[in-house]
Amino acid sequence: MATELPRKEAVVVGVGWAGGIIASELAKDGIEVMGLERGAERTIDDFIMQKDELRYAVRYDLMQDLSKETLTFRNDRDMRALPMRQLGSFLLGTDLGGAGVHWNGMCPRFLPYDFEIRSQTIDRYGEDKIPEDMPLQDWGISYEDMEEHFAHFDETIGTSGEDNEMSAPRSTEYPTPPMVETPAIRLFKEASSELGLHPYQGPSANLSEAYTNPDGQTIQQCQYCSFCERFGCDYQAKSDPIITVIPTAKETGNFELRTHANVRSISYDGERTDGVYFIDMLTGEEFFQPADIVILTSYVMNNSRLLLQSEIGTPYDPDTQTGVIGKNYCYQIQTSVQGFFDRQFNMYAGAGALVGHVDDYNGDNFDHSDLDFLHGGAIRLMQTGIRPINTNPVPPGTKQWGSEFKEANAHYLFRTLSIGAEGASMPHVNNYLDLDPTYTDSLGDPLLRMTYNFTEQDRNLAAYQTERMQEIMEEMGANDIVANPDIGDYNIRPYQSTHNTGGVIMGGDPDTSAVNNYLQMWDCENLFVVGASAFAHNSGNNPTPTVGALSYRAAEGIKQYYENPGPLA
Amino acid sequence: MADENEEQQTKGLSRRQFLKNSGYVVGGAVGGGLLGGVFTQNFIGTTDAPDTATEGDTTSPEQLTHARMFFKRQEDFDVLSAAVERIFPDDETGPGAISLGVPYFIDKQLAGEYGFNSREYMQGPFFEGAPTQGPQSGMLRRGIFLGGVRTIQNIAQNEHGESYFDLEPEVQDEILEAFEDGEVDMTGVASDEFFAMLRTATIEGAYSDPVYGGNYNMDGWRQIQYPGSQMAYTDVVAEEEFVEMDPVSLHDHHE
Ligand SMILES: Cc1cc2nc3c(=O)[nH]c(=O)nc-3n(C[C@H](O)[C@H](O)[C@H](O)COP(=O)(O)OP(=O)(O)OC[C@H]3O[C@@H](n4cnc5c(N)ncnc54)[C@H](O)[C@@H]3O)c2cc1C
Ligand code: SF4
Repeated sequence: MATELPRKEAVVVGVGWAGGIIASELAKDGIEVMGLERGAERTIDDFIMQKDELRYAVRYDLMQDLSKETLTFRNDRDMRALPMRQLGSFLLGTDLGGAGVHWNGMCPRFLPYDFEIRSQTIDRYGEDKIPEDMPLQDWGISYEDMEEHFAHFDETIGTSGEDNEMSAPRSTEYPTPPMVETPAIRLFKEASSELGLHPYQGPSANLSEAYTNPDGQTIQQCQYCSFCERFGCDYQAKSDPIITVIPTAKETGNFELRTHANVRSISYDGERTDGVYFIDMLTGEEFFQPADIVILTSYVMNNSRLLLQSEIGTPYDPDTQTGVIGKNYCYQIQTSVQGFFDRQFNMYAGAGALVGHVDDYNGDNFDHSDLDFLHGGAIRLMQTGIRPINTNPVPPGTKQWGSEFKEANAHYLFRTLSIGAEGASMPHVNNYLDLDPTYTDSLGDPLLRMTYNFTEQDRNLAAYQTERMQEIMEEMGANDIVANPDIGDYNIRPYQSTHNTGGVIMGGDPDTSAVNNYLQMWDCENLFVVGASAFAHNSGNNPTPTVGALSYRAAEGIKQYYENPGPLA
Repeated sequence: MADENEEQQTKGLSRRQFLKNSGYVVGGAVGGGLLGGVFTQNFIGTTDAPDTATEGDTTSPEQLTHARMFFKRQEDFDVLSAAVERIFPDDETGPGAISLGVPYFIDKQLAGEYGFNSREYMQGPFFEGAPTQGPQSGMLRRGIFLGGVRTIQNIAQNEHGESYFDLEPEVQDEILEAFEDGEVDMTGVASDEFFAMLRTATIEGAYSDPVYGGNYNMDGWRQIQYPGSQMAYTDVVAEEEFVEMDPVSLHDHHE
């Protein structure tokens, strides 16, 4: 029997960026919020000994413990789905702050095109441009309506950046100036400009200078220490939820946090929710947390999984292409081109979001009339800081061990530059999430099952992006260039990006979407599902500013719902 | 008591010195394991413990960590040492795996979480999957490594009539290449998977922070000009010229 706890006005399930933003906004407004986080408490004091590649980048110290919970994966429905036994392709977050603690901090906004992708594609190219097996949908909101929420997120995190004519228009200045331009980034920018492109310094949550946000939280200046992606920042210089929104929520006195609280299901009577059931992972005790409003902010995977497990909303069925939960799971297409140079660059120095960025081949910024794919993606030179275990660049044909490897690795470690593309991911009728029939987590609940592969669209986009990156690398003057335009099948093993999206998508129509544009469930009006799970497709930019903007939008909806219960759209 | 006796005799002596003094006596206080260990240490040429017999303990803290936590048999450890030395040899670029402490690094890793796959999903049922589905073995890494070094040794003995660590480097490489090409039969894991694990673990031992027992003296980093875990690069990040610096380790971050 679950022990029933005192009722709360709102309960937030999972306390990362999305949960932290919702909690801070509601708590500031006087709403009593309970935050349930399956992982441990985490503070800045945890990062004093963080400059340790083996512990954090290789052994995944900050990421989800797969012995307790993972997902199963198959490329298509004819395959047997098997557990992701080790982390690889994406690095799921756990503990307070979620993946928002070990992220890079690259902060480009999605493009106006992303929000109205279907309408704009039809307007410009005609309906035939959209393949039949691509359930491409508008998001039920325009960029114009989203802009104030993007600005709110930027103000909270203090984004460092510079304007660019190819990126989404802004109503406000960047709160802090761009990060430094390094010789490698300058070389990339000069080569891109030479080719007629519009390079700029990528927007970053690693701050170029100290900044105090409107909530009164201070973020320090980045030291370019290079222990950033996969690490928590020991300087408090990378905006993350544990130094911004979570302390803001706590300071109101209206936010209570419970860690080691793993939510298993949402109570649902067919119309409304009354709270959530969770297990205390330290003691094994079961609790019921009653609440007027439930907000799921447990990332893409558990947002879908908890709804499926609690039987809320209609599961997506790939045979009939009906139902919405698990639909339009998307990822991204990562391609890169390596160039080997004579000179050495100080590439051991860097920061998670220190990048030269080009948006000319992103979204619909270029003409797709004669191209066999939609959308595109950001092209970048990232200087995240080379660390020696995970980066061993040697020219093709070099033996991977022995003296030949040692010598080449020592020579090329700081003479290699890499350009990467983050390709957008369009939905496909056969890419979706549901519950696994065989495998369970440590509590005995079914694992989420992912059915996913790269599509024709993805392969064509990847090949195109690779050619564009090759042109830039040639212009940069590399002696040897390595490029692989063929992405093959999606493989859950090598790291690609933690930019998973979809499963509980937003839209204007309950038949084709799970939540409205306030991220309120169509099938349960006092349940909000917030995060990248709401993306109806994935863009060619990093997701978190859009997650942040949608969280601010949802918080606004929840406050309205308090005043005036009922469907918000 | 044999143990006491052994302790008394070795106190203050390097093991090589001890063996010299004792005239390679086999039996009695000097067990076979000890003797075997010294032989291979000599073969590998890394016994750089102080040669002088002095009173009191002159062993450095680093040397005190050079003891095995996982591998029980000296022979297994010696095969491992010889194999990782081929993957990361002592050469003109810099010190090899053994001088960097890589075998001890791997031994310590296998003794803990890594060896037990403790933060990975290890529930059955187990099925062979597509390559895109990632590793599906139900075996723990400690079992795979142990099976791996013993398979290496079996091949050496069956096909060449000698221990792996006594073979010529070219022959040692040939054996490793057979693993790399997936041509060797192993229990619970493909041989190319095992080789990839061994290679990765070697690189980890050479390039991770010395706190884990490898990258001895930060010499793994020095040979690639990697500056380790400096606190800040604000001054160098925009420099045109390559800036070389003496590496620092987690030890420098520690009060
Ligand atoms: C290495 C890495 C680099 C990245 N770099 C960037 C970048 O540069 N730019 C960018 O935009 N994005 C980046 N991301 C992605 C970014 O981290 C995510 O978009 C963001 O953290 C998502 O926030 P969220 O709050 O939705 O989810 P999360 O941060 O995942 O938070 C969800 C929280 O919910 C908790 N939870 C889950 N299930 C339950 C449950 N059942 N009960 C209770 N709690 C639960 C989790 O423990 C977690 O704390 C990166 C991610 C990684 C891993
Ligand atoms: S690179 Fe900057 S933001 Fe990243 S961890 Fe280091 S100091 Fe922090």
